[in-house]
Amino acid sequence: MKFGTEIVLLSVFAFAALVAAGFGVDEPFRRHMWVLFFAVAGFTAILLRNTEFKPAAPIDPSAHMDGPIRYGAIATVFWGVVGMLVGVVIALQLAYPDLNIQPWFNFGRLRPLHTSGVVFAFGGNALLCTSLYVVQRTCRARLFGGDLAWFVFWGYQLFIVMAATGYLLGITEGREYAEPEWYVDVWLTIVWVAYLILFLGTILKRKEPHIYVANWFYLSFIVTIAMLHVVNNLSMPVSFLGSKSYSAFSGVQDALTQWWYGHNAVGFFLTAGFLGMMYYFVPKQANRPVYSYRLSIVHFWAIIFLYIWAGPHHLHYTALPDWAQTLGMAFSIMLWMPSWGGMINGLMTLSGAWDKLRTDPIIRMMVMAVAFYGMSTFEGPIMAIRAVNSLSHYTDWTIGHVHSGALGWVGMISFGAIYYMVPKLWNRHRLYSLRLVTWHFWLATLGIVVYASVMWVSGIMQGLMWREYDQQGFLVYSFAETVAAMHPYYVMRAIGGAMYLSGALIMAWNITMTILGHQREEEPMPSPVAIRPARSGAR
Amino acid sequence: MSDEHIDEVSGVSTTGHEWDGIRELNNPLPRWWVITFYVTIAWALVYTTAYPAWPMLTSATKGMLGYSSRKDVKNDLAAAEAANGKYVAAIQANSVSEILTDDDLREFAVAAGAAAFKVNCTQCHGSGAQGSKGFPNLNDDDWLWGGSPDQIQQTITHGLRFASDPDTRLSEMPAFGDIIAADQIAQVSAYVASLSGKVRDASLIQPGAKVFAENCVACHGDNAKGNREFGAPDLTDAIWLYGSGETAIAAQVRAPKQGIMPAWVGRLGEIKVKELAVYVHSLGGGE
Repeated sequence: MKFGTEIVLLSVFAFAALVAAGFGVDEPFRRHMWVLFFAVAGFTAILLRNTEFKPAAPIDPSAHMDGPIRYGAIATVFWGVVGMLVGVVIALQLAYPDLNIQPWFNFGRLRPLHTSGVVFAFGGNALLCTSLYVVQRTCRARLFGGDLAWFVFWGYQLFIVMAATGYLLGITEGREYAEPEWYVDVWLTIVWVAYLILFLGTILKRKEPHIYVANWFYLSFIVTIAMLHVVNNLSMPVSFLGSKSYSAFSGVQDALTQWWYGHNAVGFFLTAGFLGMMYYFVPKQANRPVYSYRLSIVHFWAIIFLYIWAGPHHLHYTALPDWAQTLGMAFSIMLWMPSWGGMINGLMTLSGAWDKLRTDPIIRMMVMAVAFYGMSTFEGPIMAIRAVNSLSHYTDWTIGHVHSGALGWVGMISFGAIYYMVPKLWNRHRLYSLRLVTWHFWLATLGIVVYASVMWVSGIMQGLMWREYDQQGFLVYSFAETVAAMHPYYVMRAIGGAMYLSGALIMAWNITMTILGHQREEEPMPSPVAIRPARSGAR
Repeated sequence: MSDEHIDEVSGVSTTGHEWDGIRELNNPLPRWWVITFYVTIAWALVYTTAYPAWPMLTSATKGMLGYSSRKDVKNDLAAAEAANGKYVAAIQANSVSEILTDDDLREFAVAAGAAAFKVNCTQCHGSGAQGSKGFPNLNDDDWLWGGSPDQIQQTITHGLRFASDPDTRLSEMPAFGDIIAADQIAQVSAYVASLSGKVRDASLIQPGAKVFAENCVACHGDNAKGNREFGAPDLTDAIWLYGSGETAIAAQVRAPKQGIMPAWVGRLGEIKVKELAVYVHSLGGGE
């Protein structure tokens, strides 16, 4: 019977959720379990409606398993739009506080919904589906473990739904980027270990003698996130039927654990993972070899070794001992060149194909992604310097920095990968429209420029106002005055974000039409000039 | 798979491997990249020698420069104390009225009070001390509890209706909704409103004055000018804490809102409170 085991297990899971909804010790937990029950029961019902009693068709073991990847591509676009929409909403809430709708849609609950929505739902699905796409093609192997990929995909979506609804219900651990409570953390651990087995298993059964560089990065991302997630979320639940837990660490140790996690979530989720994406999709789209194998090895190991120590720069001038702050800063500075190794390899891969920038909006997107990657990995070490940090810390400069990386690098490289993958996954001749990709490119790029520059200006202004003392050493501005001064920048930031969101909506339309099999009647992009060979006789 | 392969466009050899059509060039590490990487590593070694950095068994290396962020803060605070010490001592020794007579000292106290005001008072009284509904404007000369330096100091020190301070200022206007009839409230509200403005129905003023004389004069006085002994506001000016007009006045007569201000001396200490008193006194309405 098709889905037989799945249906039985899911029914048991749904029943357990129902029991927890009935016997939970606190109201938010009971509500959250109702959400879980309806999600799992609904999913079970869908499987029941699609079950068949015929024996399943034999699977061609040499063919790629692309089903979960197709779903992942759709999920990436869907969560991307949702996460960015919430981002625009909270940007407007900062500018116009009356938009805080109590209690479910206030800034405090929507903010983690935005960060988790774009990082883990959008970025996570992008990494999940591209990693499975890349690993099969560069290993010449079908995904390991039969239906394991489906479990990873749907398990991860359940994690997203539980995390998101938990935030809205007011359930939080209060750890930035690790807000979900203990039971959601446990679930993610199960899914993540399954993901690791799936990815590693596929690499082990590869038919290529060597492991391609993209897979190193993907693997480092999966392994490190598993470690970070487990350690940072070590906590003791107050009740196994309740939504509250207490961290295993306390005081400054807790803060350092959190920022060891927080910084490396950026390092291994948003950097290493997406570098893996870049190492496959940029050479494929440009149809050029990777610039330097040696550079890819050296900068990979340098990033892996150095990134993990840089977390303390989030705790400059705090209770964290000076020596840890110094080390965090020193490692951040040393991280500059290893990060730039990826940028060099990404950009230089285009040498000999620069002409495509004119004709191929997808390549343009990828180049912009790598350029923003370079900018934010230069800005990062600068901001990690103690003296700079004393100005930038706690200001919107940090927000600007994060978004030049998130919108510029993570967003753009994911869009590029999605535009590359979707026609191939659905066997379409081409995208619905390349012209719409150009629109997306310009809206997104201008949106980032507006967003980041506004946040730089306002962040530096904010920092300067906070530290403005008169001649006798007294504060010049009240906090409320600095907030009032931010207002015009908050409005402009919301405009930049709305531009970026509108680009994503255009993508959603373009991708939907491509999947449905339509092709827009439009003037084709100018065709590329043929690549001239290098000086003959050289080498 | 490791066959020799030269990339036609760049003329550079590849590693010979190919994954799904992707090859890798044998380009060396860019020299500037390697040099910059080494420079950052060298810099990091120097920096971590100069500053506290390397963890040992029981503590960490102290660094050659002897830097310590705690020491820095201590020095900064000591420097500020040394620079301002004589003023602070003088503020401690003198009463607020005496501070006002010394120009130098007064200027210092105003600056210090303004800074403390920004941190502690703007949340209710506003950045410009202009107040808002329910929170008095401190720039005018309409004082509920008095605008002399000592009276202001007293208010800040012990607060208003602040239960945990036995010396806090107390006033409690009764809820007249339980005491007089609804039409009487309308009348007295019209009378009170008429003292500083126009009213909708002038026929209510006369009976209102009677209600006022029977119920309100004990605190607000015969002429409705208020009484600072009880914190009873002057009703003849156009300044209203909870809104102007008959409707707002009637609401306040029926069930008065009674704001609370914390006692600040426990939190800020006597010197800061004096500085705040001097600052508030200097805003324009000080007596």
